[in-house]
Amino acid sequence: MSQQVLQTDADVRCVGLTKRFGEVLAVDSVDLEVRRGEFFTMLGPSGSGKTTTLRLIAGFERPDEGRVELAGNDVSREPPYARNVNTVFQDYALFPHMTVLENVEYGLLVRRVRKDDRRRRAHAALEMVRLGGLAQRKPSQLSGGQRQRVALARAIVNQPRALLLDEPLGALDLKLRQQLQIELKQIQKELGMTFVYVTHDQEEALTMSDRIAVFNEGRVEQVGAPAEMYEHPRTEFVAGFIGTSNVLVRNGRTFTVRPEKIRVLPADAGEGEPGVVRAAVYLGAVTRYLVELEGGGELVALQQNLEVSSSDVHAMEGKRVRLAWRPDVEFAIKEGT
Amino acid sequence: MESHATKIGLGVWTALVVAFLWIPLVIIALYAFNASPIQSWPITSWSTKWFGVAWHDDFLRSSLRLSIEVGLAATAIALVLGTMASFAIQRFAFFGRDSISFLLLLPIALPGIITGMALNSFFSFAGVAFSIWTIVIGHATFCVVVVYNNVLARLRRTSPSLVEASMDLGADGWQTFRYVTWPTLSTALVAGGLLAFALSFDEVIVTTFTAGAQTTLPIFILDNLRQGQQLPVVNVVAFAIILFTVIPVWVSQRLTVGGETAAGGRVTAVATQTE
Repeated sequence: MSQQVLQTDADVRCVGLTKRFGEVLAVDSVDLEVRRGEFFTMLGPSGSGKTTTLRLIAGFERPDEGRVELAGNDVSREPPYARNVNTVFQDYALFPHMTVLENVEYGLLVRRVRKDDRRRRAHAALEMVRLGGLAQRKPSQLSGGQRQRVALARAIVNQPRALLLDEPLGALDLKLRQQLQIELKQIQKELGMTFVYVTHDQEEALTMSDRIAVFNEGRVEQVGAPAEMYEHPRTEFVAGFIGTSNVLVRNGRTFTVRPEKIRVLPADAGEGEPGVVRAAVYLGAVTRYLVELEGGGELVALQQNLEVSSSDVHAMEGKRVRLAWRPDVEFAIKEGT
Repeated sequence: MESHATKIGLGVWTALVVAFLWIPLVIIALYAFNASPIQSWPITSWSTKWFGVAWHDDFLRSSLRLSIEVGLAATAIALVLGTMASFAIQRFAFFGRDSISFLLLLPIALPGIITGMALNSFFSFAGVAFSIWTIVIGHATFCVVVVYNNVLARLRRTSPSLVEASMDLGADGWQTFRYVTWPTLSTALVAGGLLAFALSFDEVIVTTFTAGAQTTLPIFILDNLRQGQQLPVVNVVAFAIILFTVIPVWVSQRLTVGGETAAGGRVTAVATQTE
């Protein structure tokens, strides 16, 4: 792809974005390009700068250096209300004194959209998030999942250039979260809207994203499609954050092997590296082995429980085994970070 | 789970406590309709003539007017200062914030007689003549606290991201104030204001130290209670005040409770059904 194509395609662009809070460098010269209609996830541990980057895009923070571009225009100095993006907040931030319908209409109201038009669009947005029947409720009368949907409807009704989502499912329980992940992705596809999604949950990122940017200590470690990030992590941090780290150093070469690519063999097998099982955790369909290798380092190996029972698994602890994998599943990474 | 007997026992006990609190008030209300100027039980003849007497008592009227004026002025001051203080304490971190918060709260804990004495000697020291304004200042010291506490509690329950959400949805500063900040605060202000007025309206101790020749309604009641000749009129006034206080306190409670569920979002009862 040429530079020109990338530029016209980008809905959100961060160029050398830097933000300090006192002594702390929260965001450290971040460069990002979010393409039109893309589900883009910023993934990282807390304090890695992902939320601050989102707030810089929304306009709640001003960058110390660098700029934010929306659809090619520099908006770094614009206040939030002049930017064509909308945010879904982690705590939903629904207006408690307004009904669900009034909440959803709010963005249209302050932009002076005519009342009947407002009503129609708000109802359509509520239908889209499957809350059509609750328009007259107050936020306090809704469950967490329903509030989350209202927050989403309130944002998409304005048809922003990009929708910014700050850990929107963080407060929900696992089952509901998984259900909403699928719904979010469906809505995003249906609208063809650009989503910029912040989460610390790697599984969530892998489930929904077209591309992921992994943040660490204010910097972007790697940007890529989920499968690419999982199979070809470029740094030890990315390898550890997306999946299990499993990093080995052999003959001066640092590489990672995914746990499911490793075979656990008996100690007398003719191939593989020898080691001792330090822990064996029975997880139902699979077992997770932590093996300390004689050649140095530890590896986690996942094995399907084809012919073993939980008692067999427990008996494995302390036993000597050999670990084998095909050379082509080794993936070289940069050391450190 | 409580047993049946415990439930009945608790019920009876609650009824006794409520009766203990309300029976004296009921008796005063009955005495207001007693035809005889002497309070004796049982009441032998009933009359509403004391209502007429009270209505035409000029001294009573002027003290009532003064009480209302003082209450309104003290409430107005409390609303302005209390709101400003609560915003400062909630929104900004600054040196001495905790001390200022403590100093604001102190007047309501301090015995009224101390506040009264202190103000009295200060006004004499500063050469300020006692007037309606010295009473207002005296009352404002504890009225500010009530508004401050109410607004601060509301601000603490209100998510700071509400303002951000409003701006994010395209509202400028004025629209955000009009549609979001004001509506989330207004019920707290009304509740705080009503409570402040009620506190000022029945204040006796601070008033005796800060009033000059003026007489507020509570002082009028106290004087006449002591002298005894005007007792029936006092009963009428007491009865009227009970009625007038119950209403605003009830309204104020409704407002804060409504605000709590709306702003705090604690109610999850109705939830889950579409999940």
